[in-house]
Amino acid sequence: DRHAGMAGTGLAPDARQIVSRARSECAQYLSFYGDRIPAQILADRMAHYMHLFTLYWSVRPFGASSLMAVKDEHDGYALYLLEPSGECQRYHGAAIGKGRQAAKNEIEKLDLGNLSAAEAVRHVARIVYATHDEKDKEFECELSWICDASGGEFKRVPKHVVDEAVEAAKAALESDDEMDA
Amino acid sequence: ANRAILPARSSRPMASYGVPPALGVAPEMMEEISTGTTIMACQYDGGVVLGADSRTSTGTYVANRASDKITQVTDNVWMCRSGSAADTQNVCAYVKNLVEEHNMQRRGDEDPGMADVKLVATITQQLAYRNKDKLSAGMIIGGWDRKLGAQVYGIPLGGSMQRVPFTVGGSGSAYIYGWCDNTWRENMSRADAEAWVARAISLAIARDASSGGVVRLVTIHDKGSSRTMLEPRHQSLCESELPVIPRG
Repeated sequence: DRHAGMAGTGLAPDARQIVSRARSECAQYLSFYGDRIPAQILADRMAHYMHLFTLYWSVRPFGASSLMAVKDEHDGYALYLLEPSGECQRYHGAAIGKGRQAAKNEIEKLDLGNLSAAEAVRHVARIVYATHDEKDKEFECELSWICDASGGEFKRVPKHVVDEAVEAAKAALESDDEMDA
Repeated sequence: ANRAILPARSSRPMASYGVPPALGVAPEMMEEISTGTTIMACQYDGGVVLGADSRTSTGTYVANRASDKITQVTDNVWMCRSGSAADTQNVCAYVKNLVEEHNMQRRGDEDPGMADVKLVATITQQLAYRNKDKLSAGMIIGGWDRKLGAQVYGIPLGGSMQRVPFTVGGSGSAYIYGWCDNTWRENMSRADAEAWVARAISLAIARDASSGGVVRLVTIHDKGSSRTMLEPRHQSLCESELPVIPRG
């Protein structure tokens, strides 16, 4: 729904299936209860769904993890980590994918309670660039956010903010390289 | 006023309910227990007032002259019931159950006994609409919550839902539409609103054969809810009613 969004890693089609289910859950909740689905209820439903696939021999567990960001009128902004085992936990900061260990270390250095959304975007870009393994491969850094600046809706971060953050991240990377050399 | 609310009167002949055979009324002539009724709800400055009469009729026999047509769904949301007594009682039970399940899933810091009024109204509407061919139930949901304040939702026979500042329902409502439209004021005080609702119900009782008994009022505001009952001897228009508590 407008107030919730996801990012997934692993097998892309599996990640898309998870997104599709989440969208259905949001729509069904809206149609029966008349309001946007609260963060915790969506997280519970997604956890149940993913867990389902670990119960029966005829299906395989999902090959994808995802991070879900939801704005809730009571809980504020919530970040949930969904895993193929069916675990769904709320985090202040989380990372999934190949470079997640390094990324988690970086996140732990941040004072998450006091970051503004704009500052967080810069940190995220920096961490993504810093932990990217294959230094020679080009990649695109895609950023989405849900915050007061986006009107409480899950949207792509505006282009100028992304460009700024990516520039800063690349600069930080070069200066790190210089220091190492 | 919400013109979409039709007077609800069940006319399906069914086996007798609760009428002693000694009365000599043939079962085939009995109708299902119906809350031929007057119910209403209105917003005032800071809350809502719900009102109802207390007559439950099976055809011409009054099955219960002191029934309670305003049912509590949560601490802060109450529901007025009109139409088939069985249908509305069961719908109300389902709604209570679904709201409670929903509240259990929502871990929150706020009071678990409270629920959003719109949530209760939407659930009721979904039940009414999905079973519209089987139900004969007109309901009014009224309550107060922190998000939207005082709210009144009318859910008439077909299963539509509309938020309104005030609404009337039941068979007796037909007689008071004009009076209500004429005398309604926005943002009344609590005392004014209660008096207005009580007067409207008394007027309906005076003219509708299926409405009678006492006038029950429920007031819901940000601090909680309270329930009162106004006996006929205090309402000058209903002198022909029997007193609920016998005199002498």
